Amino acid sequence: MLIKKPSDIKPSEITPESVYRNRRQFMADTGALAIGAIAAGGLPGLAIAQDGDALKARAPVSLSRSAPAAWWEPKFANIKPAPDSGPFYTGEALTPYEDVTRYNNFYEFGMDKGDPSSNSGRFEVDPWSIEIAGECGRPGTYTLEDILKPHDLEERIYRLRCVEAWSMVIPWIGFPLADLLKRFEPTSRARYVEFQTAVDRDTMPGVRSPFSIIDWPYQEGLRIDEAMNELAFMAVGLYGNYLPPQNGAPIRLVVPWKYGFKSIKSIVRINFVEEQPNTSWNDLQANEYGFYANVNPNVHHPRWRQDTERRLPHTLFSRPIIDTRLFNGYGEQVAHLYEGMDLARYY
Amino acid sequence: MRKAIKPAVFCACLVPFCWLFYLVWTNNLGPDPGEALAKESGEWTFRFLLATLAITPVQQFTGWRITNRYRRMIGLFSLFYASAHFLVYLMFVLGFRWGTLYTEILERPYITVGFSAFVILVALGITSPKAMLRKLGKNWKRLHRLIYVAAVLAMIHMIWILRSDFGEALIYGTVLTLLLGYRAVNWLRKRNRKLRLARGS
Repeated sequence: MLIKKPSDIKPSEITPESVYRNRRQFMADTGALAIGAIAAGGLPGLAIAQDGDALKARAPVSLSRSAPAAWWEPKFANIKPAPDSGPFYTGEALTPYEDVTRYNNFYEFGMDKGDPSSNSGRFEVDPWSIEIAGECGRPGTYTLEDILKPHDLEERIYRLRCVEAWSMVIPWIGFPLADLLKRFEPTSRARYVEFQTAVDRDTMPGVRSPFSIIDWPYQEGLRIDEAMNELAFMAVGLYGNYLPPQNGAPIRLVVPWKYGFKSIKSIVRINFVEEQPNTSWNDLQANEYGFYANVNPNVHHPRWRQDTERRLPHTLFSRPIIDTRLFNGYGEQVAHLYEGMDLARYY
Repeated sequence: MRKAIKPAVFCACLVPFCWLFYLVWTNNLGPDPGEALAKESGEWTFRFLLATLAITPVQQFTGWRITNRYRRMIGLFSLFYASAHFLVYLMFVLGFRWGTLYTEILERPYITVGFSAFVILVALGITSPKAMLRKLGKNWKRLHRLIYVAAVLAMIHMIWILRSDFGEALIYGTVLTLLLGYRAVNWLRKRNRKLRLARGS
Protein backbone atom coordinates (compact mmCIF):
# COMPACT_ATOMS: atom_id res chain seq x y z
CA MET A 1 0.00 0.00 0.00
CA LEU A 2 1.02 3.55 -0.61
CA ILE A 3 1.60 5.47 2.56
CA LYS A 4 1.57 9.12 1.80
CA LYS A 5 3.80 11.23 4.00
CA PRO A 6 3.35 14.87 3.22
CA SER A 7 6.57 16.56 4.19
CA ASP A 8 6.13 20.07 5.40
CA ILE A 9 9.74 20.91 4.72
CA LYS A 10 10.88 21.30 1.16
CA PRO A 11 14.35 20.03 0.25
CA SER A 12 15.31 23.56 -0.72
CA GLU A 13 14.71 24.70 2.85
CA ILE A 14 16.92 22.13 4.48
CA THR A 15 20.22 23.45 5.64
CA PRO A 16 23.00 22.80 3.18
CA GLU A 17 25.88 20.63 4.25
CA SER A 18 28.33 23.54 4.23
CA VAL A 19 26.49 25.02 7.20
CA TYR A 20 27.06 21.90 9.25
CA ARG A 21 30.66 21.71 8.19
CA ASN A 22 31.90 25.20 8.56
CA ARG A 23 30.82 27.00 11.69
CA ARG A 24 32.73 30.16 10.78
CA GLN A 25 30.52 30.49 7.76
CA PHE A 26 27.51 30.09 9.99
CA MET A 27 26.40 33.69 10.25
CA ALA A 28 26.67 34.37 6.54
CA ASP A 29 24.91 31.13 5.70
CA THR A 30 22.16 31.75 8.20
CA GLY A 31 21.46 35.07 6.59
CA ALA A 32 21.14 33.47 3.19
CA LEU A 33 19.09 30.64 4.66
CA ALA A 34 16.72 33.03 6.38
CA ILE A 35 16.14 34.95 3.16
CA GLY A 36 15.60 31.68 1.31
CA ALA A 37 13.22 30.44 3.97
CA ILE A 38 11.22 33.67 4.03
CA ALA A 39 11.01 33.56 0.26
CA ALA A 40 9.78 29.98 0.49
CA GLY A 41 7.12 30.96 2.97
CA GLY A 42 8.24 30.52 6.54
CA LEU A 43 11.21 29.36 8.58
CA PRO A 44 11.16 25.58 8.92
CA GLY A 45 12.72 25.65 12.38
CA LEU A 46 15.69 23.45 11.66
CA ALA A 47 18.11 24.04 14.48
CA ILE A 48 21.71 23.76 13.46
CA ALA A 49 25.08 24.03 15.10
CA GLN A 50 26.12 27.37 16.54
CA ASP A 51 29.22 28.45 18.43
CA GLY A 52 28.79 27.39 22.02
CA ASP A 53 26.27 24.84 20.83
CA ALA A 54 28.72 23.01 18.69
CA LEU A 55 26.85 19.86 17.61
CA LYS A 56 27.16 19.32 13.88
CA ALA A 57 23.42 18.83 13.52
CA ARG A 58 20.28 19.26 15.56
CA ALA A 59 16.71 18.19 14.96
CA PRO A 60 14.24 20.82 13.76
CA VAL A 61 12.99 22.71 16.81
CA SER A 62 9.38 22.05 15.85
CA LEU A 63 9.96 18.28 15.84
CA SER A 64 12.15 18.06 18.94
CA ARG A 65 11.19 15.30 21.33
CA SER A 66 10.82 15.66 25.05
CA ALA A 67 13.00 13.59 27.37
CA PRO A 68 11.63 10.10 28.18
CA ALA A 69 12.41 10.87 31.85
CA ALA A 70 13.93 13.79 33.72
CA TRP A 71 17.32 12.11 34.25
CA TRP A 72 17.90 12.15 30.46
CA GLU A 73 18.09 15.94 30.30
CA PRO A 74 21.50 16.51 31.92
CA LYS A 75 22.93 13.68 29.78
CA PHE A 76 21.88 15.50 26.62
CA ALA A 77 22.95 18.92 27.90
CA ASN A 78 26.59 18.08 27.41
CA ILE A 79 27.30 16.21 24.18
CA LYS A 80 30.73 16.15 22.60
CA PRO A 81 30.34 17.27 18.99
CA ALA A 82 31.52 15.13 16.11
CA PRO A 83 35.11 15.85 15.05
CA ASP A 84 35.90 17.60 11.77
CA SER A 85 37.73 14.63 10.30
CA GLY A 86 38.43 10.94 10.86
CA PRO A 87 36.10 7.93 10.86
CA PHE A 88 33.53 9.47 13.25
CA TYR A 89 32.77 12.13 10.69
CA THR A 90 31.85 12.30 7.04
CA GLY A 91 31.54 15.40 4.92
CA GLU A 92 28.76 13.81 2.87
CA ALA A 93 25.38 15.55 2.95
CA LEU A 94 23.28 14.51 5.93
CA THR A 95 19.98 12.76 5.34
CA PRO A 96 17.37 15.19 6.72
CA TYR A 97 15.86 14.46 10.13
CA GLU A 98 12.39 13.99 8.64
CA ASP A 99 13.65 11.21 6.37
CA VAL A 100 15.79 9.52 9.01
CA THR A 101 12.76 9.34 11.30
CA ARG A 102 10.06 8.50 8.74
CA TYR A 103 11.73 5.93 6.53
CA ASN A 104 12.56 2.93 8.70
CA ASN A 105 12.80 -0.81 8.76
CA PHE A 106 11.52 -1.90 12.17
CA TYR A 107 9.31 -4.87 11.37
CA GLU A 108 7.93 -5.04 14.91
CA PHE A 109 5.93 -1.94 13.97
CA GLY A 110 4.99 -3.00 10.43
CA MET A 111 6.41 -3.88 7.04
CA ASP A 112 6.21 -0.58 5.18
CA LYS A 113 8.89 2.05 5.59
CA GLY A 114 6.35 4.51 7.02
CA ASP A 115 4.82 2.02 9.47
CA PRO A 116 7.39 2.36 12.28
CA SER A 117 6.90 6.13 12.57
CA SER A 118 3.09 5.82 12.30
CA ASN A 119 2.66 2.81 14.60
CA SER A 120 5.20 3.31 17.36
CA GLY A 121 3.50 6.16 19.20
CA ARG A 122 2.37 3.98 22.11
CA PHE A 123 5.74 2.29 22.59
CA GLU A 124 6.97 2.92 26.16
CA VAL A 125 10.67 3.58 26.66
CA ASP A 126 10.54 4.52 30.34
CA PRO A 127 11.17 2.68 32.60
CA TRP A 128 13.68 0.59 30.65
CA SER A 129 16.18 -1.99 31.76
CA ILE A 130 18.69 -4.27 30.08
CA GLU A 131 19.52 -7.77 31.14
CA ILE A 132 23.23 -8.57 31.02
CA ALA A 133 23.84 -12.31 30.85
CA GLY A 134 26.33 -15.04 30.02
CA GLU A 135 30.09 -15.17 30.20
CA CYS A 136 30.82 -12.08 32.23
CA GLY A 137 31.77 -11.05 35.75
CA ARG A 138 28.80 -8.79 36.43
CA PRO A 139 25.59 -10.25 35.02
CA GLY A 140 22.25 -8.86 36.15
CA THR A 141 19.40 -6.56 35.19
CA TYR A 142 20.37 -2.90 35.05
CA THR A 143 18.12 0.12 34.70
CA LEU A 144 18.88 2.27 31.68
CA GLU A 145 19.87 5.10 34.02
CA ASP A 146 22.57 2.84 35.52
CA ILE A 147 23.63 1.68 32.07
CA LEU A 148 24.15 5.25 30.84
CA LYS A 149 25.47 6.82 34.06
CA PRO A 150 29.27 6.56 33.52
CA HIS A 151 29.18 7.36 29.80
CA ASP A 152 29.61 10.80 28.29
CA LEU A 153 27.61 11.24 25.13
CA GLU A 154 29.22 12.13 21.83
CA GLU A 155 28.04 12.86 18.32
CA ARG A 156 29.18 10.71 15.40
CA ILE A 157 28.26 11.07 11.76
CA TYR A 158 28.10 7.68 10.09
CA ARG A 159 26.95 6.27 6.79
CA LEU A 160 24.18 3.68 7.12
CA ARG A 161 23.95 1.14 4.30
CA CYS A 162 20.80 -1.01 4.23
CA VAL A 163 20.95 -4.49 2.72
CA GLU A 164 18.11 -3.31 0.46
CA ALA A 165 20.64 -1.11 -1.39
CA TRP A 166 19.70 2.31 -0.04
CA SER A 167 21.80 4.42 2.29
CA MET A 168 21.68 7.46 4.57
CA VAL A 169 24.11 9.68 6.48
CA ILE A 170 23.07 10.11 10.11
CA PRO A 171 24.42 12.18 13.04
CA TRP A 172 24.06 9.80 15.99
CA ILE A 173 24.35 10.59 19.69
CA GLY A 174 25.75 7.86 21.93
CA PHE A 175 28.89 6.24 23.31
CA PRO A 176 31.30 3.44 22.30
CA LEU A 177 29.93 -0.08 22.69
CA ALA A 178 33.33 -1.26 23.94
CA ASP A 179 33.14 1.08 26.96
CA LEU A 180 29.79 -0.44 27.91
CA LEU A 181 30.77 -4.08 27.43
CA LYS A 182 34.02 -3.75 29.43
CA ARG A 183 32.05 -2.66 32.51
CA PHE A 184 30.49 -6.13 32.74
CA GLU A 185 33.91 -7.81 32.68
CA PRO A 186 33.48 -10.36 29.87
CA THR A 187 35.47 -13.55 30.54
CA SER A 188 37.84 -15.27 28.12
CA ARG A 189 34.94 -17.52 27.10
CA ALA A 190 32.97 -14.49 25.83
CA ARG A 191 33.78 -14.86 22.13
CA TYR A 192 30.52 -13.39 20.84
CA VAL A 193 27.95 -10.86 22.02
CA GLU A 194 24.26 -11.47 21.42
CA PHE A 195 21.66 -8.66 21.47
CA GLN A 196 17.88 -8.83 21.70
CA THR A 197 15.12 -6.33 20.87
CA ALA A 198 12.08 -5.74 23.08
CA VAL A 199 8.85 -7.55 22.18
CA ASP A 200 5.52 -6.05 23.19
CA ARG A 201 2.46 -7.47 21.47
CA ASP A 202 0.28 -4.59 22.70
CA THR A 203 2.27 -1.78 21.12
CA MET A 204 3.92 -3.61 18.21
CA PRO A 205 1.46 -4.47 15.42
CA GLY A 206 4.13 -6.21 13.38
CA VAL A 207 4.61 -8.75 16.16
CA ARG A 208 0.89 -9.55 16.03
CA SER A 209 0.78 -9.84 12.22
CA PRO A 210 -0.10 -13.41 11.20
CA PHE A 211 1.91 -12.97 8.01
CA SER A 212 5.22 -12.09 9.55
CA ILE A 213 7.67 -14.96 9.47
CA ILE A 214 10.32 -13.51 11.76
CA ASP A 215 10.63 -15.43 15.00
CA TRP A 216 10.39 -12.66 17.63
CA PRO A 217 12.26 -11.38 19.56
CA TYR A 218 14.61 -9.95 16.95
CA GLN A 219 18.13 -11.05 17.67
CA GLU A 220 21.56 -9.98 16.46
CA GLY A 221 25.16 -10.67 17.33
CA LEU A 222 28.77 -9.63 16.85
CA ARG A 223 32.10 -11.32 17.33
CA ILE A 224 33.66 -9.86 20.50
CA ASP A 225 36.50 -8.18 18.58
CA GLU A 226 33.95 -6.57 16.27
CA ALA A 227 31.99 -5.37 19.28
CA MET A 228 35.16 -3.90 20.81
CA ASN A 229 36.06 -2.01 17.62
CA GLU A 230 36.10 1.76 18.05
CA LEU A 231 33.38 2.21 15.41
CA ALA A 232 30.79 0.03 17.18
CA PHE A 233 28.47 2.51 18.85
CA MET A 234 25.51 2.50 21.22
CA ALA A 235 23.14 5.26 20.12
CA VAL A 236 20.58 6.94 22.36
CA GLY A 237 19.88 9.88 20.09
CA LEU A 238 20.19 11.38 16.63
CA TYR A 239 20.41 14.95 15.42
CA GLY A 240 21.14 15.99 19.02
CA ASN A 241 17.71 14.69 19.96
CA TYR A 242 16.35 11.76 21.97
CA LEU A 243 15.95 8.67 19.79
CA PRO A 244 12.39 8.29 18.46
CA PRO A 245 10.87 4.79 18.89
CA GLN A 246 11.02 4.08 15.14
CA ASN A 247 14.80 4.58 15.24
CA GLY A 248 15.27 2.16 18.13
CA ALA A 249 14.52 4.09 21.33
CA PRO A 250 15.74 4.18 23.95
CA ILE A 251 19.03 2.51 23.05
CA ARG A 252 20.30 0.79 19.92
CA LEU A 253 23.43 -0.52 18.28
CA VAL A 254 25.13 1.19 15.30
CA VAL A 255 27.73 -0.82 13.34
CA PRO A 256 28.39 1.34 10.28
CA TRP A 257 30.51 -1.13 8.30
CA LYS A 258 27.74 -3.75 8.29
CA TYR A 259 24.31 -3.81 6.66
CA GLY A 260 21.69 -1.96 8.67
CA PHE A 261 19.92 -5.05 10.00
CA LYS A 262 22.94 -5.75 12.22
CA SER A 263 22.34 -2.45 14.03
CA ILE A 264 19.71 -3.87 16.35
CA LYS A 265 17.15 -1.52 17.93
CA SER A 266 15.49 -1.10 21.33
CA ILE A 267 17.86 -3.46 23.13
CA VAL A 268 16.66 -5.31 26.25
CA ARG A 269 19.26 -8.04 26.53
CA ILE A 270 23.02 -8.41 26.02
CA ASN A 271 24.40 -11.89 26.32
CA PHE A 272 28.09 -12.87 26.25
CA VAL A 273 28.41 -16.29 24.62
CA GLU A 274 31.06 -18.74 23.51
CA GLU A 275 29.40 -19.96 20.29
CA GLN A 276 28.25 -17.85 17.35
CA PRO A 277 24.70 -16.78 18.27
CA ASN A 278 21.61 -17.19 16.10
CA THR A 279 20.61 -14.00 14.34
CA SER A 280 17.10 -13.30 13.04
CA TRP A 281 17.69 -12.71 9.33
CA ASN A 282 20.27 -15.45 9.13
CA ASP A 283 17.77 -17.87 10.72
CA LEU A 284 15.11 -16.79 8.23
CA GLN A 285 17.17 -16.97 5.02
CA ALA A 286 20.76 -18.05 5.58
CA ASN A 287 21.80 -17.86 1.92
CA GLU A 288 20.70 -14.22 1.71
CA TYR A 289 21.71 -12.78 5.08
CA GLY A 290 24.97 -13.90 6.65
CA PHE A 291 26.07 -13.60 10.26
CA TYR A 292 28.81 -11.13 9.31
CA ALA A 293 26.76 -9.04 6.85
CA ASN A 294 29.70 -6.74 6.13
CA VAL A 295 28.91 -4.20 3.43
CA ASN A 296 30.59 -5.70 0.37
CA PRO A 297 30.10 -4.59 -3.24
CA ASN A 298 31.65 -7.83 -4.49
CA VAL A 299 29.21 -10.21 -2.81
CA HIS A 300 25.70 -9.75 -4.19
CA HIS A 301 22.51 -10.61 -2.41
CA PRO A 302 21.07 -13.54 -4.38
CA ARG A 303 18.13 -11.41 -5.50
CA TRP A 304 19.73 -8.00 -6.05
CA ARG A 305 23.05 -6.32 -6.62
CA GLN A 306 25.13 -4.80 -3.83
CA ASP A 307 27.71 -2.85 -5.83
CA THR A 308 25.63 0.32 -5.93
CA GLU A 309 23.23 2.06 -3.58
CA ARG A 310 20.61 4.79 -3.65
CA ARG A 311 21.66 7.65 -1.35
CA LEU A 312 18.54 9.05 0.30
CA PRO A 313 16.73 11.29 -0.06
CA HIS A 314 16.52 11.54 -3.83
CA THR A 315 13.99 12.97 -6.24
CA LEU A 316 12.73 11.74 -9.57
CA PHE A 317 15.23 14.00 -11.29
CA SER A 318 18.34 13.47 -9.20
CA ARG A 319 20.74 10.65 -9.95
CA PRO A 320 20.90 8.85 -6.63
CA ILE A 321 22.93 5.78 -7.60
CA ILE A 322 26.42 5.78 -6.06
CA ASP A 323 29.06 3.06 -5.77
CA THR A 324 28.99 0.95 -2.62
CA ARG A 325 32.36 0.66 -0.88
CA LEU A 326 33.85 -2.36 0.87
CA PHE A 327 33.00 -2.19 4.59
CA ASN A 328 30.91 0.87 3.71
CA GLY A 329 34.12 2.88 3.41
CA TYR A 330 35.36 1.96 6.91
CA GLY A 331 38.00 -0.53 5.72
CA GLU A 332 40.85 1.33 7.42
CA GLN A 333 39.21 0.75 10.81
CA VAL A 334 37.83 -2.77 10.37
CA ALA A 335 39.51 -4.65 7.51
CA HIS A 336 42.05 -6.19 9.91
CA LEU A 337 39.21 -7.99 11.72
CA TYR A 338 38.67 -10.17 8.66
CA GLU A 339 42.24 -10.80 7.58
CA GLY A 340 42.57 -14.21 5.92
CA MET A 341 38.80 -14.73 5.86
CA ASP A 342 37.01 -15.54 2.61
CA LEU A 343 34.43 -12.75 2.60
CA ALA A 344 32.43 -14.47 -0.13
CA ARG A 345 31.99 -17.46 2.16
CA TYR A 346 31.55 -15.52 5.41
CA TYR A 347 29.19 -12.92 4.00
CA MET B 1 -24.23 7.54 -23.77
CA ARG B 2 -22.61 4.33 -24.98
CA LYS B 3 -19.97 6.36 -26.74
CA ALA B 4 -18.98 8.13 -23.54
CA ILE B 5 -18.24 4.92 -21.65
CA LYS B 6 -15.07 4.00 -23.46
CA PRO B 7 -13.27 7.32 -22.92
CA ALA B 8 -14.40 7.23 -19.30
CA VAL B 9 -12.88 3.79 -18.76
CA PHE B 10 -9.74 4.99 -20.53
CA CYS B 11 -9.43 7.95 -18.17
CA ALA B 12 -10.12 5.78 -15.13
CA CYS B 13 -7.23 3.53 -16.12
CA LEU B 14 -4.95 6.57 -16.22
CA VAL B 15 -5.90 7.74 -12.73
CA PRO B 16 -3.23 5.68 -10.88
CA PHE B 17 -0.56 6.94 -13.27
CA CYS B 18 -1.60 10.57 -12.83
CA TRP B 19 -1.82 10.16 -9.06
CA LEU B 20 1.69 8.68 -8.87
CA PHE B 21 3.01 11.38 -11.17
CA TYR B 22 1.44 14.02 -8.94
CA LEU B 23 2.98 12.48 -5.80
CA VAL B 24 6.42 12.40 -7.37
CA TRP B 25 6.12 15.89 -8.75
CA THR B 26 5.17 17.32 -5.35
CA ASN B 27 7.85 15.27 -3.55
CA ASN B 28 5.28 13.30 -1.57
CA LEU B 29 6.58 9.78 -2.13
CA GLY B 30 9.10 9.98 0.73
CA PRO B 31 12.88 9.96 0.59
CA ASP B 32 13.08 7.04 -1.85
CA PRO B 33 10.56 7.79 -4.62
CA GLY B 34 12.37 5.32 -6.90
CA GLU B 35 11.59 2.44 -4.58
CA ALA B 36 8.00 3.60 -4.07
CA LEU B 37 7.44 3.99 -7.83
CA ALA B 38 8.91 0.56 -8.54
CA LYS B 39 6.54 -1.04 -6.06
CA GLU B 40 3.47 0.93 -7.16
CA SER B 41 4.00 0.55 -10.90
CA GLY B 42 4.60 -3.18 -10.42
CA GLU B 43 1.43 -3.62 -8.39
CA TRP B 44 -0.66 -1.66 -10.88
CA THR B 45 0.70 -3.81 -13.70
CA PHE B 46 -0.48 -6.88 -11.83
CA ARG B 47 -3.87 -5.38 -10.96
CA PHE B 48 -4.51 -4.58 -14.64
CA LEU B 49 -3.44 -8.10 -15.56
CA LEU B 50 -5.96 -9.48 -13.07
CA ALA B 51 -8.63 -7.10 -14.41
CA THR B 52 -7.96 -8.32 -17.95
CA LEU B 53 -8.32 -11.91 -16.81
CA ALA B 54 -11.50 -11.08 -14.90
CA ILE B 55 -13.41 -9.80 -17.94
CA THR B 56 -14.34 -13.17 -19.42
CA PRO B 57 -15.69 -14.68 -16.17
CA VAL B 58 -17.56 -11.46 -15.35
CA GLN B 59 -19.13 -11.47 -18.78
CA GLN B 60 -20.15 -15.11 -18.51
CA PHE B 61 -21.66 -14.67 -15.06
CA THR B 62 -23.51 -11.45 -15.74
CA GLY B 63 -24.25 -11.80 -19.42
CA TRP B 64 -22.89 -8.29 -20.12
CA ARG B 65 -21.35 -8.24 -23.55
CA ILE B 66 -18.38 -6.08 -22.72
CA THR B 67 -15.76 -8.65 -23.55
CA ASN B 68 -13.85 -7.39 -26.54
CA ARG B 69 -14.63 -3.74 -26.13
CA TYR B 70 -12.63 -3.34 -22.95
CA ARG B 71 -10.41 -6.38 -22.64
CA ARG B 72 -7.89 -5.12 -25.16
CA MET B 73 -7.75 -1.66 -23.65
CA ILE B 74 -7.28 -2.91 -20.10
CA GLY B 75 -4.69 -5.41 -21.28
CA LEU B 76 -2.79 -2.61 -23.00
CA PHE B 77 -2.88 -0.60 -19.79
CA SER B 78 -1.21 -3.52 -18.07
CA LEU B 79 1.57 -3.21 -20.68
CA PHE B 80 1.63 0.55 -20.09
CA TYR B 81 2.22 0.12 -16.34
CA ALA B 82 4.72 -2.68 -16.98
CA SER B 83 6.71 -0.31 -19.22
CA ALA B 84 6.68 2.34 -16.50
CA HIS B 85 7.83 -0.32 -14.02
CA PHE B 86 10.70 -1.33 -16.31
CA LEU B 87 11.74 2.30 -16.82
CA VAL B 88 11.73 2.96 -13.06
CA TYR B 89 13.89 -0.13 -12.56
CA LEU B 90 16.36 1.11 -15.18
CA MET B 91 16.51 4.56 -13.58
CA PHE B 92 16.55 3.87 -9.86
CA VAL B 93 17.90 0.37 -9.47
CA LEU B 94 20.39 0.14 -12.33
CA GLY B 95 21.10 3.84 -12.81
CA PHE B 96 21.02 3.21 -16.57
CA ARG B 97 24.05 0.94 -16.42
CA TRP B 98 23.12 -1.06 -19.51
CA GLY B 99 25.82 -3.70 -19.12
CA THR B 100 24.35 -4.52 -15.74
CA LEU B 101 20.89 -5.01 -17.22
CA TYR B 102 22.15 -7.82 -19.38
CA THR B 103 23.78 -9.75 -16.51
CA GLU B 104 20.82 -9.09 -14.23
CA ILE B 105 18.36 -10.59 -16.73
CA LEU B 106 20.59 -13.62 -17.20
CA GLU B 107 21.70 -14.26 -13.63
CA ARG B 108 19.05 -12.93 -11.27
CA PRO B 109 16.10 -15.36 -11.38
CA TYR B 110 13.39 -12.94 -10.26
CA ILE B 111 14.55 -10.42 -12.87
CA THR B 112 14.57 -13.18 -15.49
CA VAL B 113 11.02 -14.09 -14.57
CA GLY B 114 9.78 -10.50 -14.44
CA PHE B 115 11.48 -9.57 -17.70
CA SER B 116 9.98 -12.64 -19.42
CA ALA B 117 6.52 -11.55 -18.32
CA PHE B 118 7.28 -8.08 -19.73
CA VAL B 119 8.42 -9.54 -23.07
CA ILE B 120 5.18 -11.52 -23.31
CA LEU B 121 3.11 -8.40 -22.62
CA VAL B 122 5.05 -6.51 -25.30
CA ALA B 123 4.37 -9.32 -27.80
CA LEU B 124 0.67 -9.30 -26.94
CA GLY B 125 0.60 -5.51 -27.20
CA ILE B 126 2.21 -5.52 -30.65
CA THR B 127 -0.28 -8.09 -31.92
CA SER B 128 -3.31 -6.42 -30.37
CA PRO B 129 -4.54 -4.33 -33.37
CA LYS B 130 -7.41 -5.82 -35.40
CA ALA B 131 -5.18 -6.03 -38.47
CA MET B 132 -2.83 -8.36 -36.59
CA LEU B 133 -5.75 -10.46 -35.44
CA ARG B 134 -6.82 -10.98 -39.06
CA LYS B 135 -3.26 -11.66 -40.15
CA LEU B 136 -2.54 -14.23 -37.46
CA GLY B 137 -5.88 -16.02 -37.67
CA LYS B 138 -6.01 -19.08 -35.43
CA ASN B 139 -2.51 -18.42 -34.10
CA TRP B 140 -3.66 -15.13 -32.59
CA LYS B 141 -5.72 -16.91 -29.96
CA ARG B 142 -2.89 -19.34 -29.24
CA LEU B 143 -0.43 -16.48 -28.83
CA HIS B 144 -2.72 -14.51 -26.58
CA ARG B 145 -3.19 -17.45 -24.23
CA LEU B 146 0.34 -16.52 -23.14
CA ILE B 147 -1.31 -13.97 -20.85
CA TYR B 148 -1.81 -16.86 -18.41
CA VAL B 149 1.93 -17.50 -18.46
CA ALA B 150 2.65 -13.79 -18.03
CA ALA B 151 0.34 -13.59 -15.01
CA VAL B 152 1.96 -16.59 -13.32
CA LEU B 153 5.46 -15.23 -14.03
CA ALA B 154 4.48 -11.82 -12.66
CA MET B 155 3.14 -13.48 -9.52
CA ILE B 156 6.40 -15.41 -9.04
CA HIS B 157 8.35 -12.18 -9.64
CA MET B 158 6.32 -10.44 -6.93
CA ILE B 159 6.66 -13.20 -4.33
CA TRP B 160 10.37 -13.50 -5.02
CA ILE B 161 11.15 -9.90 -4.11
CA LEU B 162 9.35 -9.99 -0.76
CA ARG B 163 11.49 -9.93 2.34
CA SER B 164 9.22 -11.24 5.03
CA ASP B 165 5.52 -10.30 5.07
CA PHE B 166 3.33 -12.31 2.73
CA GLY B 167 -0.10 -10.80 3.46
CA GLU B 168 -0.49 -8.79 0.25
CA ALA B 169 0.96 -11.53 -1.93
CA LEU B 170 -1.59 -13.93 -0.47
CA ILE B 171 -4.47 -11.71 -1.60
CA TYR B 172 -3.09 -11.33 -5.14
CA GLY B 173 -2.30 -15.04 -5.28
CA THR B 174 -5.84 -15.96 -4.24
CA VAL B 175 -7.42 -13.76 -6.91
CA LEU B 176 -5.09 -15.12 -9.58
CA THR B 177 -5.78 -18.72 -8.51
CA LEU B 178 -9.55 -18.10 -8.73
CA LEU B 179 -9.25 -16.55 -12.20
CA LEU B 180 -7.01 -19.29 -13.57
CA GLY B 181 -8.96 -21.99 -11.71
CA TYR B 182 -12.18 -20.82 -13.34
CA ARG B 183 -10.64 -21.42 -16.74
CA ALA B 184 -9.18 -24.76 -15.74
CA VAL B 185 -12.61 -25.93 -14.56
CA ASN B 186 -14.26 -24.70 -17.78
CA TRP B 187 -11.65 -26.44 -19.86
CA LEU B 188 -12.09 -29.73 -17.99
CA ARG B 189 -15.89 -29.54 -18.32
CA LYS B 190 -15.67 -28.89 -22.03
CA ARG B 191 -13.28 -31.77 -22.47
CA ASN B 192 -15.52 -34.15 -20.50
CA ARG B 193 -18.55 -33.10 -22.52
CA LYS B 194 -16.66 -33.76 -25.73
CA LEU B 195 -15.57 -37.16 -24.46
CA ARG B 196 -19.14 -38.04 -23.47
CA LEU B 197 -20.45 -36.91 -26.82
CA ALA B 198 -17.78 -38.92 -28.56
CA ARG B 199 -18.70 -42.03 -26.56
CA GLY B 200 -22.47 -41.49 -27.02
CA SER B 201 -22.35 -41.24 -30.80
